[in-house]
This record gives sequence, structure tokens and C-alpha cells, in this order.
Amino acid sequence: MENMIKYLWAFLVGGAFCIPAQILIDKTKLTPARILVGYVVAGVFLGAVGLYEPIVNFAGAGATTPLTGFGYLVSRGIREAVDEKGLLGALTGALSAASGGISAALIFGLLAALFFRAKKKR
Amino acid sequence: MKETEKEKYKKYAEGHAPKSPTVKNCAVAFITGGAICVVGQALTELYSKLEMSKEDTGTLVSVTLIFITALLTGIGVFDNIARHAGAGTLVPITGFANAVASPAVDTKTEGYVLGVGSKIFIIAGPVILYSTAAGALYGVIYALYRLIFI
Amino acid sequence: MGDIIKTDSAYITASSSVVGSLEKAGPLGEYFDIWDEKDDTFGKDSWEKSESEMQRLALKCSMEKAVLSEGELDVIFAGDLINQCISSGYGLVDFDVPFLGIYGACSTCAEGLLLSSVFSSYTKKRCAAVTSSHNCSAERQFRFPVEYGSQRTPTSQWTVTGAASFIVSPKNDRGERVKIVDVMAGKSIDAGITDVNNMGAAMAPAAADTIQRYLTESKRDAESFDCIVTGDLGLEGSSILLEIMKKKGFDISSKHRDCGVEIYDIEKQDMHAGGSGCGCSGVTVASYFTDKLKKGEMSDILFVGTGALMNAMSLQQGNSIPGIGHLVHMVRE
Repeated sequence: MENMIKYLWAFLVGGAFCIPAQILIDKTKLTPARILVGYVVAGVFLGAVGLYEPIVNFAGAGATTPLTGFGYLVSRGIREAVDEKGLLGALTGALSAASGGISAALIFGLLAALFFRAKKKR
Repeated sequence: MKETEKEKYKKYAEGHAPKSPTVKNCAVAFITGGAICVVGQALTELYSKLEMSKEDTGTLVSVTLIFITALLTGIGVFDNIARHAGAGTLVPITGFANAVASPAVDTKTEGYVLGVGSKIFIIAGPVILYSTAAGALYGVIYALYRLIFI
Repeated sequence: MGDIIKTDSAYITASSSVVGSLEKAGPLGEYFDIWDEKDDTFGKDSWEKSESEMQRLALKCSMEKAVLSEGELDVIFAGDLINQCISSGYGLVDFDVPFLGIYGACSTCAEGLLLSSVFSSYTKKRCAAVTSSHNCSAERQFRFPVEYGSQRTPTSQWTVTGAASFIVSPKNDRGERVKIVDVMAGKSIDAGITDVNNMGAAMAPAAADTIQRYLTESKRDAESFDCIVTGDLGLEGSSILLEIMKKKGFDISSKHRDCGVEIYDIEKQDMHAGGSGCGCSGVTVASYFTDKLKKGEMSDILFVGTGALMNAMSLQQGNSIPGIGHLVHMVRE
């Protein structure tokens, strides 16, 4: 039962994160790249002011899967790096925390390029 | 056309255009986005049995979702899902993964260095740049804060 | 001196169309000559090469229909959407015929017919007008990588995979009876639209301007034509065109048709506002409307090829999108 509730919150919170982006797509004609940038920067900000951590504890993958979670990871990496080595951490922390995701995207992207060619849209 | 006429026509055209079905789009985005997070949650539960740190478990979940997206992009399925899902596939890490994998697959005709190598960042580059920049800014502020208050 | 140019000896003696799978599956499917039902690659390993191949097939097919050898064709006017018109450049390189590259965005079909008919009338030489667009090559140049997942707005249009070729001769040597009697070049009009997903709205004022100038100068009523065909205004642009024309005092609603609306079953094929691209008006006019003239089901058509004169960089810089509409008046003789 406790597990079911975890899944439910992951679904509800993760789904809710998508709604502002959908409204932006429909109403403002912002390109997807701009929306992604907005989300990741918002994640860094929310992580920095300490608002994102409680959402992660509460909603699990519902908060870590959206791109704001990526921004949150960056803010956490920065905080740990600055705690450890001071100002230098502002430069080393950002990508170290997010490196798993970035590297995976690049490597799997490259592999996809090796094995597939683009197909007609439908 | 004069500038005032252009403004007037632009307003007219915006008013004339049929609106996107936002309520329906939001519902679809909510459900697909939520469903992807449920998959993420299931993977988290699964990987937690591997006795890794919480951070590593999280990374592995992201990596798995990125792998699935890259595969779906390669076989030409992802764009057809995203066409309906909208923000539902854009906002989760799947949107980022597709933003990396799709130009990679698409530009291999221009070669692996100048095609894939440079164009792989064409949509995801800004995401990496501005998350790094926002992080660095936060780092500077946080370092100053520590200097003064701690 | 008006803007209408009379073309006393310009006959469309043959026309051909090459299309992709979605166009073949559309309501005009039966009219097209050559198609790739499988994967729209036409056997090539890049989308740009596929598009070039389509132009090659289109010109070859029209020359075969007109029973022409390369020596009997005096000049080719060709253009497309890909940077520096490479689809035309590479696609037609193997033909031993003088080549003039043209650019008119999606109005290229009309621009090519306009130039061909004037050239044919005044030099008595035989011309070909060739154009193409490919959904995937256009997608990657103007929007996103082909496999990128994004959602389209209701006013967005789908670039047609299609290539068309017309043989324009000074004499009616094949007895096809399709004649271009006069033409009118469009003016580039910037109406202030910046939304790339609303090209119909960007092009409608230019189409309206051309139609108004033509009807006024020729002193003809819209009702006296079988139809007034616009290139690729789509549902949204067409509806705006009719409103603009009404405001100007012309009611063309009963005669107006749009290739972007005709080419797909918009509802069933989920095409939002309809088709666009050089190939859109190209294949629709080359196959469907020319066929109607040949068979005598229509005898007097105004074709206004519409285009949006922008590129990816101008859009990123926030510039508005100028539209253009070139007119070709075709009759059954």
C-alpha cells in the first residue's frame, strides 16, 4: 500500500510538472529548446533556495525525472563542491553531479547514430 | 506595408488562428509525463535492490530512461509519440535524451565529426550551457554566503 | 502599362509529378505519375539526394511524355527550398540542357511557369519548369532534426514530398491544348507575421494583392474563371485570403481552391492546416489541375503560387516573414 502511494505521487507530481510547459507550448509558441532551458534553470534555482529537495523526498521519481530534477542535481553538486573546496566548487560542481545523465545522452546518441538512419516522419 | 498596418494584421492573424486544444493537450501531457515518472519510480524500486547509494540509483534510473529514448529515437518511434504527448515527453529526461539523439541520427549524413559531433548539441547545448551558468552563479553566491556567515 | 504579361505562345505540352507515400495516400493519389510508397528515400542515402532524385525522375518523366530528347529542350528553370537550390542543381546535372536556377520559396512552381512561358513566347524556345520539396530535407533545414519529437500548432503546415516538371513549348506540338495566356509577377509583401507555424497568414496578403491586381487590370470577374487556385495557403491562409478579398470588394469564395488543402485528407491524415512546400502546388497543378484542363473538365484557371520568403536565420533574428504570390493564367484552347 505504501508503495502504491509512492507511485501515485510520482505520477501526479511528474504529470503536474508537464502542465506549465504544455501551456507555454500552446499559448506562447516558445520553442521546445527554450522551454527545456527554462525548466533546467528553474530547477537550479529551486534547488538553490532549498525548495526542490522536499519535493524529491515526497514524490521520488516524480520530481527527479522532469528536467527540473536535472537542474536540482546541478545545484546539489554545486553546494557539495563549494562546501568542499570553496569558490572553485562553483566551476567543478555543476557538471560533475549531472555527468551521468549528460554522458549517457551523448553516448547513447552516438550509438543511435551508428546503428540507425533517420526515417520519414510517418 | 506600414508598421502600424503590420501590427494590426499580426493581431488580426493571431485572433483568427484556431487555438490549440490546451485542455486536451494538458491532459495528455499530464498522463504521459506522469506515466514516464511512474516508470522512473519502478526503476528506482528495482535498482534499490542493487545496494547502491541513493545518488547512483538515481543516475542509473536516468541512464535507463535515456537509453530507452535513444533507442525509440533511432527506430523512428519517439517523434510519433511526442507529436501527441507534447510536454508529456518533453519535460521528463526523455525530452533531453531525444534532443541529443535525434540530431545525432539526423546528421550522420554530414559525417561523424562535423555532422554528429557538432550538431549533437544543437538543442541540448543551451540546456547544458545554462544549467552550468546558473549553477556557477549559485556557486559564487553560496561561496560568498559561506565566507560571510559561516 | 499594366503588370499583366501576355504570353502568346506558351503551351504546357507535358507535366509530371513524383510524390512520397503520404501524398500518394491522399485524395489526389491517383493523379500522380511516380511515387515511393516505402520510405520516401527514392533509394538514396540522404534526404537531399532523395529530393534531387525526385527532380531527376520528374523531368525525365515529363520529357518522355512529351517525346523530347535533351537536344530538343532549350532551357530549364528549376528551384527548390534547400540552401542554394542544391536539389535542382544536383538533380538536373545529368541533363545536357542549359540550366537557370530560381528561388521563390513555395511559389517556385508558379515562378518557373511564369519565366518559362515568357521565355517561350518571346524566344520561341522550349523550356522546362521543375521544382521540388521533400518533407525530411525541409524539416531538418527549417525546423528540427527529422527524429525530433515536437508538437505542431493548428496553423502549422506539412511540407509536401513532391517534385513536378512542366514542359512549356511555343507550339502546341503534342495536342494537349493547355495554354498559358498571361502571367503576373507577385510583389514581396511583409505583413508582419513572425510565427513560422502560421505561413498561411504570412502569405495570404501577397496572394490577395496579386489576385486583386489581376482582376482589376484584366477587368474580369472572379466568377468567370473555373477556379482560382492558390499554392499553399492551407486552411488558415485560405480563410484569411477570402476575408481580405471580401474587404477589398472581391468575392472569390465560390471559385477559390488551395493546393495545400486539396493534397491531403486533412482530417484523416492529421495535417493541421494542410500542405506546403514547392512540391505542394507543383504536383497538384502538374497532375490534378492540368489533367482537368486536358480532359476539358475545366477550361480557365488562375493559378497563384504562394511563397514565404524567409530562412532559418532570419527567423532566429526575429524578422517577420514576407510573402509572395506569382500568377499564371492557364486555359484550355
